[in-house]
Formats: sequence, C-alpha cells, structure tokens
Amino acid sequence: MKLKQISVFLENRKGRLWEALDALANAKINIRALSIADTSEFGILRLIVPDPDRAKKVLEKGNFTVKENNVVAVEVADKPGGLAEVLKVLSDADINVEYLYAFVEKSGEKAVVVLRTENTDAGIKALKTAGIAILLAEQVYAL
Amino acid sequence: MFTGGMGIHYGSHKIGATIVPVSAGNTKRQIDLMQDFGTTLIACTPSYALYLAEAAGEDGVDRKKIKLRAGCFGAEVWTEKMREEIESRFRILALNIYGLTEIIGPGVAHECDNKTGLHIFEDHFYPEIISPETLEPLPDGECGELVFTTLTREGMPMIRFRTRDVTALRREPCKCGRTLVRMDRITGRSDDMLKIRGVLIFPSQIERALLEVKGIEPQYQIIVTRPRHLDEMEVQVELSKKMFSDEVKHIEEFRKKIEAHIEKSVGIRVKVTLVEPKSLPRSEGKAKRVFDKRELK
Repeated sequence: MKLKQISVFLENRKGRLWEALDALANAKINIRALSIADTSEFGILRLIVPDPDRAKKVLEKGNFTVKENNVVAVEVADKPGGLAEVLKVLSDADINVEYLYAFVEKSGEKAVVVLRTENTDAGIKALKTAGIAILLAEQVYAL
Repeated sequence: MFTGGMGIHYGSHKIGATIVPVSAGNTKRQIDLMQDFGTTLIACTPSYALYLAEAAGEDGVDRKKIKLRAGCFGAEVWTEKMREEIESRFRILALNIYGLTEIIGPGVAHECDNKTGLHIFEDHFYPEIISPETLEPLPDGECGELVFTTLTREGMPMIRFRTRDVTALRREPCKCGRTLVRMDRITGRSDDMLKIRGVLIFPSQIERALLEVKGIEPQYQIIVTRPRHLDEMEVQVELSKKMFSDEVKHIEEFRKKIEAHIEKSVGIRVKVTLVEPKSLPRSEGKAKRVFDKRELK
C-alpha cells in the first residue's frame, strides 16, 4: 500500500535543481510525479520514480542528500470534489496531512494524489476503511 | 556586556553634562528622547548612528528638531566614508573615540575637531606599536599592534597589554595645539576576533557552540555583512544526511535550534543557513571560515 518517495535536499543555488534532474536523466530514470517545497533558504524535491533505490544511488553519487520515505497514492475521480472527499476522510479521522501533490493520469479520467500523513499507517487505515482506492506501487509506476 | 557606558556616564557627569542614559535598541524611543531633551551630543557605535539617522528619516522626523552638534563614535572599526555619511545625515561633527575594557573603557584616546587621528592621553597610558610577529617595537608611523602600559591605574595596572588592535602612532604636532601622540583609526585586528554590533566574537566560540548541536557536520562558514548599517552574521552549516527530512518543518526546527543554541552560548543572534553536505570548501591547511564582507577599509 505504501509507495516509496525520494526526497532531495536542494540548497538555494542556481542550477542545483537542474543538476539533480540531469543526474536522473543520464541514468535514464523517468519521473512519475514530483513536487518541490521551497523556502527562502532551501528546497526539497520530492519524486516518485519507478526504481527509487536506483534513483537514490544515482543522486547520492552526484553528492545529493537523499532520503527515502513512504507515502500513499490514492486515486480520485477527476471532477470537482474528488480531492475534498479524500481529505474529509482524513479530517474526520483526525489525521494531519503534511503535504500532498497530485497529477492526472494519462487516460484523463482519474487523478492520482500522493499523500504524506503524519502517521502513514493510520492514514492508510482511515482511507481503506472509507473505501478509497489506494494504489499499489506497481500501479503508480505503470501509469 | 558593555563597560563603556559607565565610563562615559561618569565622565560626562564630571564635566557637568546632563546625561540621558539609553542603551541601544528601541530606536523610536531614542529619537523621541533626543527631540524632547534637545540632546546635543551622542555617543554610540557609528553603525548605530547611521541606523538611527535612517530610522529618523523614515519616521519623517524634522531635522531641525534634532539639536545634535557632535557625536563620539567608537567600539567598532569604521571608515572616513561612514564619517562623511553620519556628518551629512545628522549635520554634526563626528569624532572617533577609542578605549578598551582591559585598560579603562572609553577615554583612552579621542579625536579633536581636526580629525587627524586620536590623541592618546599619554599622562595615563603609555602606548607602543609592536610587530605582532616579532613582538619588537616599531617606529612611529608604521602599522602594527597597539600595546598599552597604564601609568596611573591602581589595583590592576597593565604592563604592555597587547590590544590586538592594528594602528600606527604619529608624533607630529597637531593643529589643535595638543602635543599628545596620535593614533590612526583602527584598521583591523592581529587575531581573528570579530566585532558584531559592538560585541566581541571569536570564530572559535561559534565553532564550539556548533559542535554541541547533534546532527551537523563540523563544517561551517561565517559571513559578516552590514546591510542597512547594522552588522549581520550568517553561519552556514552543512546539513547532515541524518537530519535531512522530507518535511520542511523538521528542517526549519533544526535550523532554529542551532540559532537558539548559538545565541544562548555566544550571546548574539545569528542567521543560520543550511547548505548541502560537502558543499563548503575543504582546505588542507587552515580553513578560511570567516568572510567579512563589511567594507571597513
């Protein structure tokens, strides 16, 4: 149920994001989804890639600070209220969302939301109980 | 932290001045007091004087309401350019004052209105300039480390106290008629001490404080700047892999923890910036860790 996410620490320096993506490009690693958290001092690049372990190695070889952690990917209907429905479930279960990012799958009918809750297991449990479709890692990579 | 305040306070009392003792900070109140009391002389660091001038300008204070005629500025390295700036902004005479806690505090030397160096009160303090390398005395006019011997101080006399301040002595008579030896304005230090907003800091103090924080690499850089006339110290620290998190809040908490720890142990507020591991330059010899970008020369 859990999906591995790669986070990369990016110092606020010109070209640093490009260097990270260039390293992945050279290793022929395709990116399924990404988001960047930016502060005035630094950024965190978060990535979903088909082979997270290899991506981590590639980035670490390029002197990046990388961390792997678990997130949850859920499928929501690509229509108004799709995401709100998922968030209501978490809110009702008193679960904090640390961050999330979303993308529309190629067929265009469904959207995929990558969620990081304070407690991943509690998040999964609440979503499952409410009958929300949680995607398996393989399903996300195949999108 | 500042022993200087008391010396200036009682010294001014002695010559019959009315004193308004306000320490630094609370800039708005400083400006109000200056107007209310019609203060004619100010003593502070030159950078604070410029900050005050700027704040008064922003508040739309009428310059005519400020009755200042002169100011004695010291406790940090400053330049002729800063003097011009202070003089034109306040329309006052800006003079350089020098002193050090170990000798007496302020009052060791002061400029006259010719502004050609600070007259050292030789009847109390015997100055010498030495080479910081050989420790041998240097002739007049040559730049070196200033050394003092107190002549009248009782209880704790100082013999050849090394100030670590770099300057030169001049004995040519001054136009004002005083025959006291003059010293040039201080241009730097013979050690790596920094003065940040008048507070003495050694880079080793920052290093010690940093090493007490768990989860950081023992690599750092100190960058000192003076935006808006006040000193700022930035400490760049390498984030260790262990402390990296996918969540911004955890990294921010960590950054603030380092800032708080430095403030607690060194006594000044610094800005901590986290940089990538291995991104700070390594050196095989003595690492250059301090980058003083204030234009003080």
